[in-house]
Formats: sequence, C-alpha cells, structure tokens
Amino acid sequence: MFRLEVRTSTPAWFNLALPLLAIAATLVLCSGLIALAGAGVLESYGVMFAASLGDSYAITETLVRAAPMIFTGLAVAVAFRAKFWNIGAEGQLLAGAVASCFVGAIPMPGPLAMLLMAVAGAAAGAAVALVPATLRVKFKVDDVVSSLLLNSVIYYALMALIEGPWKDSFSGYPISPPIEDSANFPVLIEGTRLHLGVIVALIAAPLIWFLIARTTLGFRIRVTGENPEAARYGGIHVERVLLSTALLSGALAGLAGVGEVGGVHFQVMSDISPGYGYSGIVVAMLARLNPLGVVPAAIFLAAVMTGAEAMSRATGVPAFLSDVIQGTALLAMLVALLFTAYRIRRVGAAR
Amino acid sequence: MSAVFEQIFQVGFLAAIIRIATPLAFATLGEMFSERAGVLNLGIEGIMLLCAMTGFTATSLSGSLWLGVLAAVLTGMLMGALHALFTVALGLSQHVCGIGVTLFSSGLAYFLYRLIFGQQSVPPSIKGFQTLPIPVLSDIPVLGPAVFNQFALVYIAIIAIPLAAFVLYRTPWGLSVRMVGENPRAADSAGVSVIATRFQAVILGGALMGLAGAFLSMAQFNAFTFGVVSGRGWVAIALVVFGRWDPWRSAGAALLFAFVDALQLRMQASGLGHIPYEAFLMLPFIFTIVAMAVMSRNAVAPSALLKPFRREER
Repeated sequence: MFRLEVRTSTPAWFNLALPLLAIAATLVLCSGLIALAGAGVLESYGVMFAASLGDSYAITETLVRAAPMIFTGLAVAVAFRAKFWNIGAEGQLLAGAVASCFVGAIPMPGPLAMLLMAVAGAAAGAAVALVPATLRVKFKVDDVVSSLLLNSVIYYALMALIEGPWKDSFSGYPISPPIEDSANFPVLIEGTRLHLGVIVALIAAPLIWFLIARTTLGFRIRVTGENPEAARYGGIHVERVLLSTALLSGALAGLAGVGEVGGVHFQVMSDISPGYGYSGIVVAMLARLNPLGVVPAAIFLAAVMTGAEAMSRATGVPAFLSDVIQGTALLAMLVALLFTAYRIRRVGAAR
Repeated sequence: MSAVFEQIFQVGFLAAIIRIATPLAFATLGEMFSERAGVLNLGIEGIMLLCAMTGFTATSLSGSLWLGVLAAVLTGMLMGALHALFTVALGLSQHVCGIGVTLFSSGLAYFLYRLIFGQQSVPPSIKGFQTLPIPVLSDIPVLGPAVFNQFALVYIAIIAIPLAAFVLYRTPWGLSVRMVGENPRAADSAGVSVIATRFQAVILGGALMGLAGAFLSMAQFNAFTFGVVSGRGWVAIALVVFGRWDPWRSAGAALLFAFVDALQLRMQASGLGHIPYEAFLMLPFIFTIVAMAVMSRNAVAPSALLKPFRREER
C-alpha cells in the first residue's frame, strides 16, 4: 500500500521541475493517441516542434499566439490568487475585442487610437468580470457558474452584433468592419506577424508579478485568497478586494481581445478566440499562479497549437490533439502539484 | 404578443418543452447526485460532449441505438470515475479538475470523431430515436400527444426523476450520499466509506450525463456536431443551484428553463420585429443568472461541497 504524507518542506528544485514533469507526462500520455491515428510518435512531435519553434518565423508565430494566452493566463492567475473563481476570461476577452473594435474604427491618430483601444478593451473586460464578483459579494451567487454562463451571453451578444448592425453589407459575411489602418498595431519584424501587442503582453507579466508580490493590493489579494477570515480580522475589506481583483482580472482578459483585434485580425469575427479564455486556466495552473511563470506556460501551449496544425497536415493526426494536450496538461499539472504538499510513502504490509 | 401566447398552449409547444427539458433533466440529476455527495463536477460540459460522440459513433458503427446509449452511459461513468479519481481520491481542486476534465474530454471527442469519420463536407448522420406513442395515454387531449408520444429516452427521463428522489431520500445508499455531502467526518465515524460513496455518486452522475449526451446526438440532432452540447452542461450546473439540490425541484428547474428556451425559439420563428435572433439565444442564460441571484439567498448547498476528505487529517 501507498499513502500520502504531508511534506514538511518542499525542495526548491522541485517547484521548477514540476511543470516540466507534468508536460513530459502529458506528451507521453498523448503519444498513445498519435499511435492510434497511425502516425509515428517521434515524427509527429518532431513536426510540431519544427513548426512552432524550429526557425525564427515559427517562433514569431508562436509568440503571436502566446500573447492572448499570456493575458488570459495572468487574468486567471490574479483571480485564483484571491480565490475569485473567474472562469469567464473567454467572455471578457470577447468583450475587450468588441470594445476595441468599436474604438479602432473611429478615425484618429494611430498612437491615440491604440491607447484608447486598450483602455476601452480593458474597461469592457473589467465590466464583464465585475458581474460575477458583484453577484458573489451581494447575492452569494457562485462565481464559477455565473462567470461561465456569462461567456455564452457575451458570445451571443458578439454574434448579434456581427450578424446585425456590423454585418458586412458587401459580402454578407458575419464579420465586423475593419478598424482604421492607422490603428493597426505596428509589426516589429518585417515579414512576420509579430506585433506591438506581443511586447506589451511580455511586459505585462513582470508588472503583474510586481503588483502581486510587492504592493499593498497584491498583499491583500494574496491574504484574501489564502485565508479570508484572517484577512477580515486583519482589517482587510474582503469584498472590496474581491471586486478590485475582478476588475484587474477582467481588464487583463479584455486586453487579450484588444491584441487580437489590433495586432492579428483587425476586425471581429465569431471565431476570434479559439478558447484562449479557457486556455488561460491551463496556463495559470502550469505557472502555479505565478505571473512570471505565465510566459513560458503560454509559449508552451502556443507552440502546441501552432505545431498541431502542421503535424495534422504532415501526418494526418487530427489537429484536435492540441485540445487534448491542453486538457491533459492541466490534469497532469494538478497531480504534480499534489507532490509539493505531499509525498508518497510506502506503507509496508509487514509494518 | 397575443400570437405568442396562443402558441404557448399548442401541443407542439408543450412537446418541444419536454424535448428540450429531457437532456437538461438527465444532466441536472447527474450533477445533483455528484454535488449531494460533496463533489462539484465542472467536467459535465465535456463529458456530455464525449458521450454524445461515443453514443453516436457506436450507433453509427453497429446500427443499434441501444448499443449507442450503452456506450454513452459507460463513457459517462468512466469520465465520472476520472473526475472522482482526481477530486475524491487525490483531493485536488474540484473547480480546476472539472475544467480539466471538460477540456480533456471535449478535445478527445473532436479528436476521435475526426479520426473515425474523417473530414466530410456533409456530416454523417444516423436514424435516431423515433417517437414511441404509448397506447391509451397518448390519446389524452393536449397532454397525450405532447407527453406520451415521445422518444423512449424521454420516458426514461420522466421515470428517472421520481427514481432519483426515491434513491436519494429512501434508500440507505441515498442516506450515505447525503451524509458524505453534509458531514463526511460523521459519516466516516458511522462506518460509511466517504471515498467509496463519493466515487459511486460521481460515477452515477456521469452515467446520467451520458444519457444527456446520448439524447442530444441520437434523438434531438441525429448527428454529432461541434455545437451539439453548446453550454447545456453549464446550464445544468446552474439548474442544480436553482433546484436547491433536490431531484423534484431540479427537474422543475429544467422544465422552467426549457419553457424559456422553447419560448425564445418561438419568438425567433415568429420573427418578432427586427430583434436579432442571438438576443433570444442569450435569454435563457441571462434568465438563469438572474434566477440564481434571486434563489441563492436561501439556497443551501451541501456543507461539504468542494471540500476534499482525508481521513488522517483534522
């Protein structure tokens, strides 16, 4: 028999090794599916790696995909730190995309447009996140359920816009009008899609880390999450902290939508997010809710997504493998986390 | 508006409500058993999708509808066991594991579906469940054709509601489920295995979610498409809260939701003014959120919900 025993201390190398272990376990588990599809496991992973990180162009493509997941990952990490269970990053992202598209379509000088797009997108995301937080604080409504349901509400609102007033009257496609050319985020390397928003995402991570680790608000968020009773006893207004966390989390998720509109699509369509909001949960957990860890975690998932398409073309393994990898990675990471708090002890029968 | 009200009392409208309510009733009862034992199962959305896929595939390959249902139920039980392994045996966060199970099973559903059927311009379909009129009862005016001329799975759902109430409130096992959901420590001292009971409840819940998925791909749509579940699992979670963790009330909540949903379908069809149809699609979700806000004041969740149980810890 084996049993779990509480660890008194966790070795430092362990904390770093865990996500890597989880990822390795995921790739081994998912290789069964590749074999089932009749393709070579190493070959398939090789194609995935080459197409996502193999050359400089592939790396920029992966970074472009990682940017929205850095934002949603930060959004989830911040929220989960306060035990505000924000599963609504997807809806907040969509709201941010819609709001920034509204602003970006107004003719004005480029830099001003980009700034206002970011402000509008962040505000829209924050407003959406405020709903489940308010419902929890005022009416004790479970934030998991309400934030989840809001994703559907926002999605249909977006669809109503692009099927209704925004519909392209020329082609008849459900696509919003494009934003002004001047509002398109500048491309950083000629010949790639690497845009300004990617850099903003990379800068956001250390900023959020600083906010969580070194500021009063960050301290309040952490204490509220770890022990709300103690927080209250210590004079922290827990409800107010939850609302502030929601605003911050929603704003970050909204910025993910801004980047997709300003830097990638330049307009809004129904599939503007392939579930980046949900991927944010995977990213945040792989990062162990550490804002700095969000960057490599998002890059890993982005590489899987970019690579899966190439793998599918080359080997015929369905590209949906990337979704399976995401889900498996999340579950593997959760199991791995168990070993930071516990260790397995063999309980001999001859005891 | 009067045209809308006239339509409410038509046979077709009543039948539509029952058909919309059926998968929700299965899913809601499934989630309720799980939560009554203290385990929130956010995997429901993905589990329903995977079960819809396996049920459809089994029927498509074997030609037998009931084999498909069996495949869906077994898939649901397997995924329930997986969720229980993480949350009950290992005591991991129920929120995050549930999302993990949803991501994993929906990814797996699409992956396997594409692997088996390939990419086709016209998605394959099956001859799904046909309506099965019950003699005598289906001749009752209005109610008869609406309730007693339905798919076999609808009748199973109608039977499942009182059965669930009986199991939960009148059997020793139901008592154990309620005990481990309210006070696992007391249940443990009374000799009830908390771990085993929770496993059983989550697996039973998975079986019911399997029936929900099977209904969608084998009776309602007769095909497996990407939007086959489209949020019904999340709605079921809300309906459990709305139904205050009780089988009768949960089924009532499913009916009420189905009424709102059927109403929005009718309003869409009647082309009310120039309101975009998505505004109506939003309606049931907004309704659910508002209803939760109203109900949550006196809704009492099982006390041990979300709390893992480890015997050796205090």
